[in-house]
This record gives sequence, structure tokens and C-alpha cells, in this order.
Amino acid sequence: MRRLLLVALAAAALTLPLWAGGAYYVNLASQVMIAALFAMSLNLLVGYAGLTSLGHAGYLGLSAYISGWLMLRLGWGHGAAAAAALAGTTAMAALFGLVALRASGISFLMITLALGQILWGVAYRWADMTGGDNGLSGLTRPSPFGIDLGPPDRFYFFTLGVLVVVAGAIAIWVRSPFGASIRATRDQARRASALGFNVWLIRWLTFVVSGFLGGVAGLMYVYYHQFISPHSISLANSAEMLLMVIAGGPGTLVGPVLGATLVVLLKNLASAYVDRWVMLLGIVYVLIVLFLPGGIVAGLDRLGTRLGRGARLPSRTSEAPAPPGATEASH
Amino acid sequence: MNAGLRVEGLCKSFGGLQVTRAVDLDVAAGERHLLIGPNGAGKTTLFNLIAGDLRADSGRIRLGTVDVTRESTAHRAQRGVARTYQIVTLFGRDPLLHNVKLALLGRSPMRWRQWGDFATDAGLRERALAVLESVGLDAKADLPLEQTSYGEKRRLEIAMALAQSPSLLLLDEPLAGLSSSERTTVTDLLAGIPREITIVMIEHDMQAALAFADRITVLHNGEVIVAGTREEVVRDPRTREIYLGH
Amino acid sequence: MSFWLIQSLNSLALGGVLFTLAAGFSLIFGLMRIANLSHGAYFMLGAYVGLSVLDQGYGFGWAILAAGLAVGVLGAVVERLILRRLAGKTLAQVLATLGIAFIIADASLWVWGGDPRPVSAPGFLRGAMHLFGLTFPAYRLAVLAISIVIALGLWLLLDKTRLGVMIRASVDDMQMARAMGIPASRLFTIVFCLGAALAGIGGVIAAPILSVYPGMDADMLPLALVVVILGGLGSLAGAFVGSFLIGFIYSFGQVLAPNLAYFILFLPMVVILAARPRGLFGRLSA
Repeated sequence: MRRLLLVALAAAALTLPLWAGGAYYVNLASQVMIAALFAMSLNLLVGYAGLTSLGHAGYLGLSAYISGWLMLRLGWGHGAAAAAALAGTTAMAALFGLVALRASGISFLMITLALGQILWGVAYRWADMTGGDNGLSGLTRPSPFGIDLGPPDRFYFFTLGVLVVVAGAIAIWVRSPFGASIRATRDQARRASALGFNVWLIRWLTFVVSGFLGGVAGLMYVYYHQFISPHSISLANSAEMLLMVIAGGPGTLVGPVLGATLVVLLKNLASAYVDRWVMLLGIVYVLIVLFLPGGIVAGLDRLGTRLGRGARLPSRTSEAPAPPGATEASH
Repeated sequence: MNAGLRVEGLCKSFGGLQVTRAVDLDVAAGERHLLIGPNGAGKTTLFNLIAGDLRADSGRIRLGTVDVTRESTAHRAQRGVARTYQIVTLFGRDPLLHNVKLALLGRSPMRWRQWGDFATDAGLRERALAVLESVGLDAKADLPLEQTSYGEKRRLEIAMALAQSPSLLLLDEPLAGLSSSERTTVTDLLAGIPREITIVMIEHDMQAALAFADRITVLHNGEVIVAGTREEVVRDPRTREIYLGH
Repeated sequence: MSFWLIQSLNSLALGGVLFTLAAGFSLIFGLMRIANLSHGAYFMLGAYVGLSVLDQGYGFGWAILAAGLAVGVLGAVVERLILRRLAGKTLAQVLATLGIAFIIADASLWVWGGDPRPVSAPGFLRGAMHLFGLTFPAYRLAVLAISIVIALGLWLLLDKTRLGVMIRASVDDMQMARAMGIPASRLFTIVFCLGAALAGIGGVIAAPILSVYPGMDADMLPLALVVVILGGLGSLAGAFVGSFLIGFIYSFGQVLAPNLAYFILFLPMVVILAARPRGLFGRLSA
């Protein structure tokens, strides 16, 4: 049953430009996938490592700014700029991780928030470098193998390709023994230590990988919008990303994608019918936190079991964590 | 690897309260050492200090010939320290097998592998099943922990500790809260642990524990009151004083 | 010379505003261990409510009162309906407050629109005051005075009243407090209500200085965090000292090194959290 679903999904994804109903919707699909990339990167930290971060937009922005600036001001090519952006972002994540991981729980949350704010402040204030509030515009999309990614269809497939590669890599990583150790540090940090796991190192490595993937998402973001401004590094954006992860289902592979879909669709489509899509998102989110701590994934799981079909999503017990907060004692 | 435990002059205070006062502990390799004392004597604190969960204020802890006083818990675990806890701190949402596999993974270089499927690794699964078999829980291997009884959880904990291939095993009240039949099962299990592993055990159940112990240390208010062979400690009037009051 | 004095007064005024913001946050965190991520939103909401009251032609005093009441009641409702249901799960509670911030922010946008709204200080405080041969904006002095009054009021509440004693006992040792029969749940509601009300009042007081604008909540929340971390979680004295410290750093920073202003503000917070999770005065770690 599950195999059937996946095949259907793949078929739908590969043929989307044919049935989506126009460039607007194809672009929307690209936006959903880019948001999913962010959410997946943050999910590694929040869902799998149990470290709730509110500064993740920083990596998105940093990567986008570095890439944009190098191309705009120094005339670098896309490949080199992307490599530099990812290197810089990963280095920053490594540094931030050293600082942030001295704390845990709420302290960790506040440190990541502060670090994100510092990046935002730099982007906002250092107008000479970053264009300040105006940001950097006039950026271009890459042309891998000479293919122009301007048209929505082409960019859609490019993004789909990146998403599949990233999702695949994450899936392999979290299923590995190392992935199991990440979850162990989330569920019972003290016990994990006693079993011989180097909890700090595991967390730091996850932090760095999470930052790197955030950087990848940032590149896709800047390629899509061809523009970057401080708003993308804002607290509001970090919060929105966290919302996606929590609402979708932290600690699952599908959750972040669902969460991203929810937010992006609400933002773009619901706003045609419902003026206050942010309020709606907030309400849905609070309801999820209150009544469905495992996110949409948990809800679908329950629905699936209730309907009696074996259509279980890849999110069963040992992958999905306890609801946020239930395992705090282990910090 | 066979290592004895040597604790010298260990001290620990919290705020103004001294919970461990210059504790000495001398456990020979392969020995079965019992740690007793009234509630609040500081027995679990001592375990936390030995295992590395707490940093001592002063004193030394030696595992065999290695001074581990400044080492982290994980590091000490890598050297062969394994322990059970008073409160159940297992991976509750995972099946028993997963718990044991994690215990096996902790000291294996495989724990750094970023690929491969942990859930289906055949070798690991086989070894984990063997461990569960040794404590009679293999039938429940795929049950989530939440669906097992308290007694089974305690047995699982011991299984996990053994899975770590320890040289020093710290057991914190392994018989607490068990029914009498469960108690017999666990006591037999403990008796069957090979002498390559040194055991220090905290226990209140005197009957079972006394039979098990080679040497005993009695702790009260954070300090060692009596220490010696089972006969010496049982005969010592101070032991009775501590338990029956002055 | 007068530059320094004027800037100092600005710093003090900002400090005063930050205190009303941070005090509530600190109280809530100290008692309930919840980092109230909607605190900035309460501040903003209070400012908007005050704005409406002023628009209707009522005086500043009424604006302050209305803001305090409205936001306080909202806080109480949020605590009882939502946070209480998540009792014991602090992370979930924090996440819930994040969602509530979104809701309040969007609702405010809906009701009051997207334009920034300047607010005039009450008539008798609009001019300047002449002290020691220098001219100071009267309103800033007033803000300073009000914040000191609020600080004193809070101190009296915590130190001299039965409620205050219960709050302090619970902050110190929740288990013991419960064991002694202190009604923790009711205390939570009261403190959350009080904290929110303080934020709301702070919003109105700050309005003539900062004006009121969408997104203000996201601007104010990090500031509250910086103050509370610096001053120490759960310590009102710490929040007091921290507020003025940050007020000075921010005001002078803006003028002397505008590019680095944010850096200067948040770096100390990061350093402190990393090195000394208790903050300068705090007795609790986060």
C-alpha cells in the first residue's frame, strides 16, 4: 500500500507542470519544496536531536547573502559562489554550535535566537555590504549544463532534483547507526552518555549538518527569488520554520514536507479566501501543539490506523519522538 | 579486561551540604561488593560520582590502574563502566530490542557510521537477541517498552548493562520493587555473571544481597562507617547501630 | 556635554520601557519556567489598545489602564485555556506561546492596519523641562519616573504582600511551596496575567517614544530576552539593572556605532548564556 502511495506521489511530482494549472502553481510548487528544504534541515535539530532552535533562518540568509554578494560584487560564477556560501555557512554553524551547545533546553533556544538576531542585525545595518533593508537584488539563477532555469517548469525540476537528493541523504543519515545515536541523545541524554555515546559531539555534528542543509535551502531560495533581504533572516522567519517542523511532525521524514506545504499553501492560496492566513496558521499550530503533539504526521497515522488500512507513513514509534516537552527531564 | 575499582578520599558537596565525605572504596577485580546504608546515606550519589554523572570536589577514582576522576561519563563507559539506575531511564518509546541494540552500539566503532540501516542490521539484531535471551526476554524483543512490566524493565536494564561488555558493573538496587519470583530470577542472573566483571551493588534487600556479597561497605551520612568482608561487617556492632538506631 | 546628558536621559527612558517589558517576562519565567515568546506581542497589543483609547479622545491615564486590563485579561485567558493544558511540558508551552504571538500579531494587523502609528505624549508632558540649566524632553523624564514607580510597586508586592511571599517561595522551590499548600495553579494564572499586563502597560508608555507598528513584537521580544538573560532569570532586581544597562548600551550604541548596534546588544547575551547560564543576578538556570 505504501509503495503504491510513493509511486503515485512520484508520478504526480514528475508530471506536475502538466496538471498544475499554470506557471503560478508550478512556482508555488517550487516554493513549497524550498520551504520543505528549510524545514527538513531544521527538523534534524528539532525533531531528531531534540534541540529547539529559533535562529535557523540565519543559515538560510547567510548562505543567500554570501552567494549573492560574491556574484554581484565580485563577479563570481554560480558554482564558486555556491561553494563559498556553503563553506561559510557551515563554518558559521560550527562556530555557533560551539556556543549554543553549552546550554540546553530554553537556554539553547534563547542563544540560537540571539545568534540569529546578530546575523539579522549585521544584514540590516551593514548597508555597504548587504544593501541594508533593500537587500541584494538583480541576482541570477544558475545554468547547470547551460540550461536556463528562468522558466518555472525548469526551475521546478531543478528544485525537485535537489529536494530528492537532500531528502534521500537525510533518510540514509537518520536510519544509520549514527542517526540512531542522535535520537538516543534526544530521548535519554544521560542514559546515552552512560552507554558510551559522546552526546555533545553527536549534537554538534547534527548542528553543523543542519546548518549546512539550511545553507543549501538558502541557495535555492536566492536562486528562486533572485533577491535576498534581511527579512529572510528575521526572527519571524525562524519562527515560521519552527512552526512548519512542529506542525508537520518533528522527527519524521515526511513531517517537515507536510508542514512546509501547510504554511506555503496557507500563505499563497488561503489568502485568496481567508484574509487572515497568519492567524489561521497560528490557530492551527496552537491546536496542534495542544492536541496533536506529533504533528500532522501523527494525525494521519492515527487516521490511517482508524481506517484500518495498512497505509502507514514512514514515521512509526522508534522514529517519531515523544511530543515536544515530554522528554525534557533528560536534559 | 579485568579491573578493580579504587576510590580515594572522594568528597562532594551541594551548596553547603556535604553529601560525600572522604569516601574510600577498595574493590578487587572480579569482586562482588555490596554498598549498604540507610536512605539518604549517599549511595546513589557515590554511584553518580563513580560513573561520571557528577564531578567530585576532591578525591580520586581509579579504574584498574587508570585515573578516571576527570573523565566524562561517556569516556568512562568506553573504559568499561556500566550501570543501572534507580529510576527507569530506558528508551521508553522503543522496543526492547532497540534498547539493547543501543547498548551494544555504545562501545562499538559502528556508532559513528553515517550509512546503513540500524533497524535491520542483522549482526546487531542477532547479538541483541542473544542478550535478551540471557535474561529471558527474547520473546518480547519487538514489544515497545511501555508494554512491559516493571520487573521486565529492570531485567532489561541489567541486560543492557551486560551488553556493554563492562569490566565494572554498578547496580543500583536491582531488586527493588520486584515480586519474589522476579527477585529469584534476577538473583540467579546476577550470580551467573562471570568473574571477569567486577560488581558493586547497592541493595536494601539484605537476604538476597548478603548471600551475593564478598565484601561490604556501609555508608551513613555520606561517610564510610564500616567496611570489610561480609562476616566482619555483619558482626560489627556499628552496622546494627546504623540500622536499628542508637 | 549636553549630548551625553541627553543621551543618558534617552538611555534611562529606554531602560524604563525595557523594565516594564522585561519585568513581566522575568516574573513569568521565574515562576513558571516558561519563556513567554508572545511577550513582545502583549507589549504591542497594549500599545495598540492604548492608541485606540487615545483615538477615542480619552486621556493617557485611561489608555494605560485599558491596556493593562485588556492585555492582562488576555494573558489570564491564554494561561487557563492553553498553557494550563500543557502543564509540566515547558517546551510545549513555549511553543504554544509562539503560536499565540502569531495570532496576536495578525489580529493586531487586522484591527489596526499596517501603517505605523505615532502617538503623542499626554499634553502636559509634551514640552521640555528645565533642570540644572539644561533642557530635557519632559516625557522621557516621566517614563523614567513611571518605571521607577512600577519597580517600587512590584518590589512592594513581592516583598510585603502575602501574594508576593507565595510567589517568591514558589520561584525558590516549587515542590516545597506546593507541599506547604500554596495554590500553584492559581498563582500561575495571576502571575501570567500580571506579566502580560505589565507588558501591555509598557507598550502604552513606550508608544510616544517608539510609536506603534506591525512587527514591533518581533523587535521587542529579543530585547526582553537580552535584558532578562543579562540581569538574571527570575530576578526582578536583575531585570531592573539589566534594563538600564541595555538602555545605555543600545542608545549610545545607536549613536556612536550604528552598524554594530545589534552586535553589541546580543553578543554579551550569548557570552553570558554560554558562560554563566544564571545571568548576573539570577538564581535559576534556564
